[in-house]
Amino acid sequence: MKDLRDTPLLVVEDLSKRYGARIGCVDVSFDLWPGEVLGIVGESGSGKSTLLSCLAGQLAPDTGRVLYQGHDTLEMGEPQRRTLARTDWAFVHQNPRDGLRMGVSAGGNVGERLMAVGARNYGAIREAATDWLGRVEIDATRIDDRPRQFSGGMQQRLQIARNLVTAPKLVFMDEPTGGLDVSVQARLLDLLRGLVRDMGLSVILVTHDLAVARLLADRLMVMQGGHVIEQGLTDQVLDDPQAPYTQLLVSSVLQV
Amino acid sequence: MIEIKNLCKSFTLHNQGSAVIPVMTGAHLRVAPGECVALTGASGAGKSTLMRMIWGNYLAASGVIRVGDLNVAQASAREIIALRRDTLGYVSQFLRVVPRVPTLRVVAEPLLALGTPEAQAEARAMDLLERLNIPQRLWQLSPTTFSGGEQQRVNIARGFAHPYPALLLDEPTASLDGANRAVVLDLIAAAKARGAAIVGIFHDEAARAQICDREVDVTAFTPMPAGVAP
Repeated sequence: MKDLRDTPLLVVEDLSKRYGARIGCVDVSFDLWPGEVLGIVGESGSGKSTLLSCLAGQLAPDTGRVLYQGHDTLEMGEPQRRTLARTDWAFVHQNPRDGLRMGVSAGGNVGERLMAVGARNYGAIREAATDWLGRVEIDATRIDDRPRQFSGGMQQRLQIARNLVTAPKLVFMDEPTGGLDVSVQARLLDLLRGLVRDMGLSVILVTHDLAVARLLADRLMVMQGGHVIEQGLTDQVLDDPQAPYTQLLVSSVLQV
Repeated sequence: MIEIKNLCKSFTLHNQGSAVIPVMTGAHLRVAPGECVALTGASGAGKSTLMRMIWGNYLAASGVIRVGDLNVAQASAREIIALRRDTLGYVSQFLRVVPRVPTLRVVAEPLLALGTPEAQAEARAMDLLERLNIPQRLWQLSPTTFSGGEQQRVNIARGFAHPYPALLLDEPTASLDGANRAVVLDLIAAAKARGAAIVGIFHDEAARAQICDREVDVTAFTPMPAGVAP
Protein backbone atom coordinates (compact mmCIF):
# COMPACT_ATOMS: atom_id res chain seq x y z
CA MET A 1 0.00 0.00 0.00
CA LYS A 2 1.82 3.04 1.25
CA ASP A 3 5.42 3.13 0.31
CA LEU A 4 8.49 4.45 2.10
CA ARG A 5 9.40 6.28 -1.09
CA ASP A 6 6.30 8.47 -0.84
CA THR A 7 7.05 12.09 -0.22
CA PRO A 8 5.88 13.79 2.97
CA LEU A 9 2.61 15.69 2.76
CA LEU A 10 3.79 18.35 5.16
CA VAL A 11 7.33 19.40 6.01
CA VAL A 12 7.81 21.73 8.96
CA GLU A 13 11.19 23.38 9.48
CA ASP A 14 12.35 25.34 12.53
CA LEU A 15 9.00 26.88 13.28
CA SER A 16 9.00 29.44 16.11
CA LYS A 17 6.41 31.80 17.51
CA ARG A 18 6.91 34.16 20.42
CA TYR A 19 4.39 36.45 22.08
CA GLY A 20 6.72 39.29 23.02
CA ALA A 21 9.04 37.80 25.59
CA ARG A 22 6.78 34.81 26.12
CA ILE A 23 7.48 31.61 24.21
CA GLY A 24 4.77 30.07 22.05
CA CYS A 25 6.72 27.34 20.34
CA VAL A 26 10.41 27.11 19.44
CA ASP A 27 12.32 25.40 16.60
CA VAL A 28 9.72 22.78 15.78
CA SER A 29 10.61 20.53 12.83
CA PHE A 30 8.90 17.39 11.60
CA ASP A 31 7.59 15.58 8.51
CA LEU A 32 4.04 14.32 8.19
CA TRP A 33 3.43 11.48 5.74
CA PRO A 34 0.27 10.65 3.82
CA GLY A 35 -2.16 8.63 5.95
CA GLU A 36 -0.27 9.32 9.16
CA VAL A 37 -1.77 10.55 12.43
CA LEU A 38 0.62 12.68 14.46
CA GLY A 39 -0.37 13.35 18.06
CA ILE A 40 0.93 16.42 19.88
CA VAL A 41 0.68 16.08 23.65
CA GLY A 42 1.65 18.28 26.55
CA GLU A 43 -0.08 20.19 29.30
CA SER A 44 -1.84 23.55 28.95
CA GLY A 45 0.60 26.26 27.96
CA SER A 46 3.10 23.83 26.44
CA GLY A 47 2.69 25.45 23.02
CA LYS A 48 0.72 22.73 21.27
CA SER A 49 -2.22 24.95 20.31
CA THR A 50 0.11 27.75 19.17
CA LEU A 51 1.91 25.23 16.99
CA LEU A 52 -1.34 23.96 15.52
CA SER A 53 -2.52 27.49 14.73
CA CYS A 54 0.79 28.28 13.02
CA LEU A 55 0.63 25.10 10.96
CA ALA A 56 -2.96 25.71 9.92
CA GLY A 57 -2.19 29.26 8.82
CA GLN A 58 -4.31 30.90 11.50
CA LEU A 59 -1.32 32.46 13.19
CA ALA A 60 1.83 33.81 11.53
CA PRO A 61 5.00 32.25 12.97
CA ASP A 62 8.06 34.47 13.51
CA THR A 63 10.44 32.12 11.73
CA GLY A 64 10.41 28.78 9.97
CA ARG A 65 8.82 27.12 6.99
CA VAL A 66 5.68 25.03 6.47
CA LEU A 67 5.77 23.15 3.16
CA TYR A 68 2.55 21.52 2.00
CA GLN A 69 3.21 19.21 -0.95
CA GLY A 70 6.35 21.25 -1.55
CA HIS A 71 4.64 24.67 -1.46
CA ASP A 72 5.56 27.11 1.28
CA THR A 73 2.23 27.98 2.88
CA LEU A 74 3.71 31.01 4.65
CA GLU A 75 4.90 32.51 1.37
CA MET A 76 1.69 31.98 -0.56
CA GLY A 77 -0.92 34.71 -0.79
CA GLU A 78 -3.94 34.89 1.47
CA PRO A 79 -6.43 33.82 -1.27
CA GLN A 80 -4.35 30.72 -2.04
CA ARG A 81 -4.11 29.86 1.64
CA ARG A 82 -7.86 30.27 2.02
CA THR A 83 -8.49 27.98 -0.93
CA LEU A 84 -6.24 25.41 0.69
CA ALA A 85 -8.14 25.70 3.96
CA ARG A 86 -11.42 25.08 2.12
CA THR A 87 -10.25 22.18 -0.05
CA ASP A 88 -7.23 20.13 1.01
CA TRP A 89 -7.26 21.11 4.67
CA ALA A 90 -9.80 20.91 7.46
CA PHE A 91 -9.81 22.09 11.05
CA VAL A 92 -11.81 20.42 13.81
CA HIS A 93 -12.11 22.68 16.85
CA GLN A 94 -12.49 21.51 20.42
CA ASN A 95 -15.67 23.53 20.75
CA PRO A 96 -18.09 22.68 17.93
CA ARG A 97 -19.45 26.24 18.15
CA ASP A 98 -16.13 27.49 16.75
CA GLY A 99 -16.41 25.26 13.72
CA LEU A 100 -20.15 25.29 13.01
CA ARG A 101 -22.63 27.96 12.10
CA MET A 102 -25.13 27.61 14.89
CA GLY A 103 -27.95 29.44 13.09
CA VAL A 104 -27.78 27.24 9.99
CA SER A 105 -29.35 23.77 9.70
CA ALA A 106 -27.24 20.63 10.01
CA GLY A 107 -27.61 19.98 6.29
CA GLY A 108 -26.73 23.59 5.57
CA ASN A 109 -23.58 23.33 7.67
CA VAL A 110 -22.35 20.40 5.63
CA GLY A 111 -23.57 21.80 2.29
CA GLU A 112 -21.99 25.18 2.87
CA ARG A 113 -18.48 23.80 2.65
CA LEU A 114 -19.36 22.05 -0.59
CA MET A 115 -20.77 25.28 -2.01
CA ALA A 116 -17.57 27.05 -0.99
CA VAL A 117 -15.70 24.79 -3.39
CA GLY A 118 -18.13 25.39 -6.20
CA ALA A 119 -20.96 22.87 -5.79
CA ARG A 120 -24.19 24.41 -7.09
CA ASN A 121 -26.68 21.59 -7.65
CA TYR A 122 -29.07 21.69 -4.67
CA GLY A 123 -30.11 18.04 -5.02
CA ALA A 124 -26.52 16.81 -5.13
CA ILE A 125 -25.52 18.98 -2.17
CA ARG A 126 -28.43 17.74 -0.08
CA GLU A 127 -27.65 14.17 -1.06
CA ALA A 128 -23.98 14.57 -0.02
CA ALA A 129 -25.06 16.19 3.25
CA THR A 130 -27.47 13.32 3.98
CA ASP A 131 -24.74 10.81 3.20
CA TRP A 132 -22.31 12.53 5.52
CA LEU A 133 -24.80 12.84 8.37
CA GLY A 134 -25.21 9.08 8.05
CA ARG A 135 -21.47 8.50 8.11
CA VAL A 136 -21.13 10.44 11.36
CA GLU A 137 -24.19 8.63 12.72
CA ILE A 138 -26.64 11.51 12.77
CA ASP A 139 -30.16 10.48 11.84
CA ALA A 140 -31.21 11.86 8.44
CA THR A 141 -34.44 13.18 9.97
CA ARG A 142 -32.33 15.79 11.82
CA ILE A 143 -31.01 17.36 8.61
CA ASP A 144 -33.11 20.51 8.97
CA ASP A 145 -32.51 20.98 12.70
CA ARG A 146 -30.13 23.63 13.97
CA PRO A 147 -26.92 22.44 15.69
CA ARG A 148 -27.98 24.11 18.92
CA GLN A 149 -30.74 21.51 19.19
CA PHE A 150 -28.03 18.79 19.16
CA SER A 151 -26.14 17.24 22.08
CA GLY A 152 -22.44 18.04 22.46
CA GLY A 153 -21.39 14.73 20.91
CA MET A 154 -23.71 15.23 17.94
CA GLN A 155 -22.44 18.76 17.41
CA GLN A 156 -18.90 17.42 17.34
CA ARG A 157 -19.84 14.75 14.81
CA LEU A 158 -21.57 17.38 12.68
CA GLN A 159 -18.43 19.51 12.76
CA ILE A 160 -16.47 16.51 11.53
CA ALA A 161 -18.96 15.91 8.70
CA ARG A 162 -18.75 19.57 7.70
CA ASN A 163 -14.97 19.31 7.59
CA LEU A 164 -14.65 16.03 5.75
CA VAL A 165 -17.35 16.46 3.11
CA THR A 166 -14.86 18.01 0.69
CA ALA A 167 -12.50 15.01 1.15
CA PRO A 168 -9.53 16.94 2.55
CA LYS A 169 -6.05 15.40 2.73
CA LEU A 170 -4.89 17.01 5.96
CA VAL A 171 -7.01 17.54 9.06
CA PHE A 172 -5.97 19.61 12.06
CA MET A 173 -7.73 18.59 15.26
CA ASP A 174 -7.63 20.54 18.49
CA GLU A 175 -8.81 18.35 21.38
CA PRO A 176 -11.63 16.84 19.29
CA THR A 177 -12.88 14.68 22.14
CA GLY A 178 -12.37 17.25 24.90
CA GLY A 179 -15.46 18.17 26.85
CA LEU A 180 -17.36 15.03 25.86
CA ASP A 181 -18.60 12.20 28.08
CA VAL A 182 -16.41 9.12 28.06
CA SER A 183 -18.99 6.99 26.23
CA VAL A 184 -19.46 9.69 23.60
CA GLN A 185 -15.68 9.98 23.30
CA ALA A 186 -15.32 6.27 22.54
CA ARG A 187 -17.89 6.54 19.75
CA LEU A 188 -16.11 9.54 18.27
CA LEU A 189 -12.71 7.84 18.47
CA ASP A 190 -14.04 4.80 16.67
CA LEU A 191 -15.60 7.02 14.02
CA LEU A 192 -12.42 9.04 13.54
CA ARG A 193 -10.27 5.92 13.25
CA GLY A 194 -12.51 4.50 10.55
CA LEU A 195 -12.55 7.78 8.60
CA VAL A 196 -8.79 8.19 8.85
CA ARG A 197 -8.25 4.72 7.44
CA ASP A 198 -10.96 4.78 4.77
CA MET A 199 -10.11 8.26 3.48
CA GLY A 200 -6.35 7.94 3.95
CA LEU A 201 -6.34 11.16 5.97
CA SER A 202 -3.25 12.71 7.48
CA VAL A 203 -4.05 14.19 10.86
CA ILE A 204 -2.31 16.50 13.28
CA LEU A 205 -4.06 15.90 16.57
CA VAL A 206 -3.53 18.09 19.59
CA THR A 207 -4.67 16.50 22.82
CA HIS A 208 -3.77 16.38 26.48
CA ASP A 209 -5.45 12.99 26.81
CA LEU A 210 -2.82 10.27 26.49
CA ALA A 211 -5.45 7.55 26.09
CA VAL A 212 -6.87 9.35 23.06
CA ALA A 213 -3.35 9.78 21.70
CA ARG A 214 -2.62 6.07 22.16
CA LEU A 215 -5.71 4.99 20.26
CA LEU A 216 -5.52 7.50 17.39
CA ALA A 217 -1.93 8.55 16.83
CA ASP A 218 0.77 6.63 14.95
CA ARG A 219 3.45 8.96 16.19
CA LEU A 220 3.70 11.36 19.13
CA MET A 221 5.44 14.65 19.81
CA VAL A 222 5.67 15.70 23.45
CA MET A 223 5.86 19.45 24.08
CA GLN A 224 6.97 21.32 27.15
CA GLY A 225 7.53 25.06 27.42
CA GLY A 226 7.25 25.51 23.65
CA HIS A 227 9.87 22.88 22.84
CA VAL A 228 9.42 19.40 21.41
CA ILE A 229 11.21 17.38 24.07
CA GLU A 230 10.53 13.90 22.78
CA GLN A 231 9.07 12.24 19.71
CA GLY A 232 8.61 8.75 18.37
CA LEU A 233 6.27 5.86 17.84
CA THR A 234 3.19 6.39 20.03
CA ASP A 235 3.38 3.20 22.07
CA GLN A 236 7.14 3.55 22.48
CA VAL A 237 6.87 7.10 23.83
CA LEU A 238 4.10 6.07 26.23
CA ASP A 239 5.60 2.74 27.39
CA ASP A 240 9.29 3.67 27.42
CA PRO A 241 9.40 7.47 27.77
CA GLN A 242 12.92 8.92 27.82
CA ALA A 243 12.55 12.55 28.88
CA PRO A 244 11.95 13.35 32.56
CA TYR A 245 8.83 15.35 31.73
CA THR A 246 7.34 12.57 29.57
CA GLN A 247 7.96 10.08 32.35
CA LEU A 248 6.15 12.36 34.74
CA LEU A 249 3.28 12.87 32.30
CA VAL A 250 2.83 9.14 31.69
CA SER A 251 3.13 8.17 35.35
CA SER A 252 0.60 10.81 36.36
CA VAL A 253 -2.24 9.19 34.40
CA LEU A 254 -4.74 7.48 36.65
CA GLN A 255 -5.31 3.83 35.77
CA VAL A 256 -8.88 2.64 35.43
CA MET B 1 14.55 -13.54 9.77
CA ILE B 2 15.11 -12.18 13.27
CA GLU B 3 18.64 -11.48 14.40
CA ILE B 4 19.69 -9.80 17.63
CA LYS B 5 23.28 -8.86 18.32
CA ASN B 6 24.81 -7.46 21.47
CA LEU B 7 21.59 -5.81 22.60
CA CYS B 8 21.59 -3.72 25.77
CA LYS B 9 18.84 -1.93 27.62
CA SER B 10 18.53 0.14 30.76
CA PHE B 11 15.79 2.28 32.21
CA THR B 12 16.52 5.73 33.64
CA LEU B 13 13.91 6.77 36.18
CA HIS B 14 14.25 10.54 36.11
CA ASN B 15 11.58 11.11 38.70
CA GLN B 16 12.98 8.61 41.15
CA GLY B 17 16.41 10.13 41.78
CA SER B 18 17.48 9.40 38.18
CA ALA B 19 18.10 5.78 39.10
CA VAL B 20 19.53 3.82 36.19
CA ILE B 21 18.36 0.23 36.07
CA PRO B 22 20.24 -2.00 33.64
CA VAL B 23 17.90 -4.75 32.50
CA MET B 24 19.70 -6.41 29.61
CA THR B 25 23.22 -6.70 28.35
CA GLY B 26 24.78 -8.48 25.37
CA ALA B 27 21.64 -10.25 24.22
CA HIS B 28 21.98 -12.49 21.16
CA LEU B 29 19.25 -14.31 19.28
CA ARG B 30 18.81 -15.73 15.78
CA VAL B 31 15.54 -17.08 14.49
CA ALA B 32 15.34 -18.61 11.02
CA PRO B 33 12.20 -18.75 8.88
CA GLY B 34 10.06 -21.69 10.00
CA GLU B 35 11.66 -21.78 13.42
CA CYS B 36 9.99 -21.22 16.79
CA VAL B 37 12.22 -20.13 19.66
CA ALA B 38 11.00 -19.98 23.25
CA LEU B 39 12.35 -17.35 25.61
CA THR B 40 12.74 -18.78 29.10
CA GLY B 41 13.92 -17.54 32.46
CA ALA B 42 12.33 -16.61 35.76
CA SER B 43 9.77 -13.85 36.02
CA GLY B 44 11.60 -10.54 35.75
CA ALA B 45 14.54 -12.03 33.84
CA GLY B 46 13.67 -9.92 30.80
CA LYS B 47 11.63 -12.14 28.46
CA SER B 48 8.94 -9.53 27.88
CA THR B 49 11.51 -6.73 27.73
CA LEU B 50 13.35 -8.52 24.93
CA MET B 51 10.10 -9.15 23.09
CA ARG B 52 9.01 -5.52 23.45
CA MET B 53 12.35 -4.37 22.04
CA ILE B 54 11.89 -6.57 18.96
CA TRP B 55 8.41 -5.02 18.59
CA GLY B 56 9.93 -1.52 18.79
CA ASN B 57 7.93 -0.75 21.91
CA TYR B 58 11.02 -0.34 24.12
CA LEU B 59 14.02 1.57 22.82
CA ALA B 60 17.30 -0.32 22.69
CA ALA B 61 20.29 1.38 24.36
CA SER B 62 22.71 -0.27 21.94
CA GLY B 63 23.02 -3.27 19.68
CA VAL B 64 21.20 -4.55 16.62
CA ILE B 65 17.67 -5.95 16.25
CA ARG B 66 17.23 -7.03 12.67
CA VAL B 67 13.76 -8.11 11.55
CA GLY B 68 13.80 -8.85 7.83
CA ASP B 69 15.74 -5.94 6.32
CA LEU B 70 15.12 -3.46 9.11
CA ASN B 71 17.27 -2.70 12.15
CA VAL B 72 14.53 -1.92 14.65
CA ALA B 73 17.07 -0.49 17.11
CA GLN B 74 17.82 2.37 14.68
CA ALA B 75 14.58 2.59 12.72
CA SER B 76 12.29 5.61 12.42
CA ALA B 77 8.73 5.47 13.72
CA ARG B 78 7.50 5.34 10.16
CA GLU B 79 9.65 2.33 9.32
CA ILE B 80 8.46 0.48 12.42
CA ILE B 81 4.83 1.21 11.53
CA ALA B 82 5.45 -0.30 8.08
CA LEU B 83 7.23 -3.29 9.64
CA ARG B 84 4.28 -3.94 11.96
CA ARG B 85 1.84 -3.64 9.10
CA ASP B 86 3.60 -5.96 6.67
CA THR B 87 6.18 -8.14 8.36
CA LEU B 88 5.98 -8.45 12.13
CA GLY B 89 2.94 -9.65 14.09
CA TYR B 90 2.51 -9.57 17.85
CA VAL B 91 0.07 -11.39 20.08
CA SER B 92 0.33 -9.63 23.42
CA GLN B 93 -1.25 -10.84 26.62
CA PHE B 94 -3.68 -7.98 26.66
CA LEU B 95 -6.18 -6.82 24.13
CA ARG B 96 -6.10 -3.07 23.55
CA VAL B 97 -8.82 -1.83 21.22
CA VAL B 98 -11.02 1.17 20.62
CA PRO B 99 -14.18 0.61 22.67
CA ARG B 100 -17.29 -0.13 20.62
CA VAL B 101 -15.53 -1.68 17.59
CA PRO B 102 -17.10 -5.08 16.79
CA THR B 103 -14.95 -8.18 17.32
CA LEU B 104 -15.10 -9.08 13.62
CA ARG B 105 -13.62 -5.66 12.78
CA VAL B 106 -10.93 -5.97 15.42
CA VAL B 107 -9.77 -9.24 13.87
CA ALA B 108 -10.07 -8.04 10.26
CA GLU B 109 -8.26 -4.75 10.94
CA PRO B 110 -4.67 -5.88 10.21
CA LEU B 111 -5.85 -7.08 6.79
CA LEU B 112 -7.83 -3.91 6.10
CA ALA B 113 -4.72 -1.88 6.95
CA LEU B 114 -2.91 -3.81 4.21
CA GLY B 115 -5.60 -2.89 1.71
CA THR B 116 -7.29 -6.31 1.61
CA PRO B 117 -10.85 -5.98 0.28
CA GLU B 118 -13.38 -5.86 3.13
CA ALA B 119 -15.24 -9.06 2.18
CA GLN B 120 -12.03 -11.04 1.99
CA ALA B 121 -10.71 -9.63 5.29
CA GLU B 122 -13.97 -10.40 7.06
CA ALA B 123 -14.11 -13.92 5.63
CA ARG B 124 -10.65 -14.60 7.05
CA ALA B 125 -11.68 -13.08 10.40
CA MET B 126 -14.82 -15.24 10.53
CA ASP B 127 -12.82 -18.35 9.79
CA LEU B 128 -10.38 -17.62 12.62
CA LEU B 129 -13.09 -16.69 15.13
CA GLU B 130 -14.92 -19.88 14.31
CA ARG B 131 -11.81 -22.02 14.71
CA LEU B 132 -11.10 -20.34 18.03
CA ASN B 133 -14.66 -21.06 19.20
CA ILE B 134 -15.83 -17.49 19.64
CA PRO B 135 -19.63 -17.84 19.33
CA GLN B 136 -21.04 -16.09 16.29
CA ARG B 137 -23.47 -14.03 18.40
CA LEU B 138 -20.44 -12.21 19.87
CA TRP B 139 -18.87 -11.18 16.54
CA GLN B 140 -20.77 -7.92 16.27
CA LEU B 141 -20.02 -6.94 19.88
CA SER B 142 -16.95 -5.16 21.17
CA PRO B 143 -14.50 -7.59 22.81
CA THR B 144 -13.93 -5.14 25.69
CA THR B 145 -16.74 -6.84 27.63
CA PHE B 146 -15.57 -10.42 26.94
CA SER B 147 -14.05 -12.82 29.47
CA GLY B 148 -10.25 -13.05 29.75
CA GLY B 149 -10.08 -16.26 27.72
CA GLU B 150 -12.31 -14.85 24.99
CA GLN B 151 -10.26 -11.66 24.75
CA GLN B 152 -7.13 -13.77 24.52
CA ARG B 153 -8.59 -15.72 21.61
CA VAL B 154 -9.72 -12.54 19.82
CA ASN B 155 -6.16 -11.28 20.22
CA ILE B 156 -4.80 -14.48 18.73
CA ALA B 157 -7.24 -14.36 15.82
CA ARG B 158 -6.12 -10.79 15.14
CA GLY B 159 -2.45 -11.76 15.33
CA PHE B 160 -2.90 -14.62 12.86
CA ALA B 161 -5.19 -12.81 10.40
CA HIS B 162 -2.28 -11.74 8.18
CA PRO B 163 0.49 -14.29 7.41
CA TYR B 164 3.33 -12.24 8.92
CA PRO B 165 6.83 -13.54 8.09
CA ALA B 166 7.77 -12.93 11.75
CA LEU B 167 5.64 -13.37 14.87
CA LEU B 168 5.97 -12.55 18.55
CA LEU B 169 3.77 -14.55 20.91
CA ASP B 170 3.46 -13.59 24.57
CA GLU B 171 1.83 -16.46 26.45
CA PRO B 172 -0.56 -17.39 23.64
CA THR B 173 -1.96 -20.43 25.45
CA ALA B 174 -2.37 -18.91 28.90
CA SER B 175 -5.95 -18.86 30.22
CA LEU B 176 -7.21 -21.20 27.46
CA ASP B 177 -9.02 -24.52 27.89
CA GLY B 178 -7.70 -27.73 26.31
CA ALA B 179 -9.65 -27.52 23.07
CA ASN B 180 -8.73 -23.89 22.37
CA ARG B 181 -5.15 -24.50 23.41
CA ALA B 182 -4.95 -27.21 20.73
CA VAL B 183 -6.36 -24.81 18.12
CA VAL B 184 -3.74 -22.21 19.00
CA LEU B 185 -0.94 -24.77 18.81
CA ASP B 186 -2.24 -25.79 15.38
CA LEU B 187 -2.19 -22.16 14.25
CA ILE B 188 1.39 -21.78 15.43
CA ALA B 189 2.41 -25.02 13.71
CA ALA B 190 0.79 -23.82 10.48
CA ALA B 191 2.62 -20.49 10.74
CA LYS B 192 5.91 -22.37 11.14
CA ALA B 193 5.08 -24.59 8.20
CA ARG B 194 4.56 -21.57 5.93
CA GLY B 195 7.95 -20.22 7.04
CA ALA B 196 7.21 -17.74 9.83
CA ALA B 197 10.01 -17.00 12.27
CA ILE B 198 8.47 -17.09 15.75
CA VAL B 199 9.66 -15.89 19.15
CA GLY B 200 7.43 -16.93 22.03
CA ILE B 201 7.04 -16.84 25.77
CA PHE B 202 5.28 -19.97 27.05
CA HIS B 203 4.87 -20.78 30.71
CA ASP B 204 2.92 -23.81 29.46
CA GLU B 205 5.80 -26.32 29.38
CA ALA B 206 3.96 -28.97 27.39
CA ALA B 207 3.08 -26.42 24.72
CA ARG B 208 6.67 -25.24 24.63
CA ALA B 209 7.98 -28.77 24.20
CA GLN B 210 5.47 -29.49 21.46
CA ILE B 211 5.87 -26.37 19.34
CA CYS B 212 9.30 -24.85 19.98
CA ASP B 213 12.49 -25.91 18.25
CA ARG B 214 14.83 -24.28 20.76
CA GLU B 215 14.85 -22.51 24.08
CA VAL B 216 16.88 -19.41 24.89
CA ASP B 217 17.29 -18.59 28.57
CA VAL B 218 17.33 -14.79 28.85
CA THR B 219 18.92 -15.04 32.32
CA ALA B 220 22.20 -15.13 30.40
CA PHE B 221 21.49 -11.56 29.28
CA THR B 222 20.59 -10.25 32.73
CA PRO B 223 23.17 -7.74 33.94
CA MET B 224 24.96 -8.77 37.11
CA PRO B 225 24.69 -6.33 40.01
CA ALA B 226 27.93 -4.44 40.60
CA GLY B 227 30.48 -6.44 42.59
CA VAL B 228 28.93 -9.84 41.91
CA ALA B 229 31.04 -12.16 39.82
CA PRO B 230 29.17 -13.73 36.90
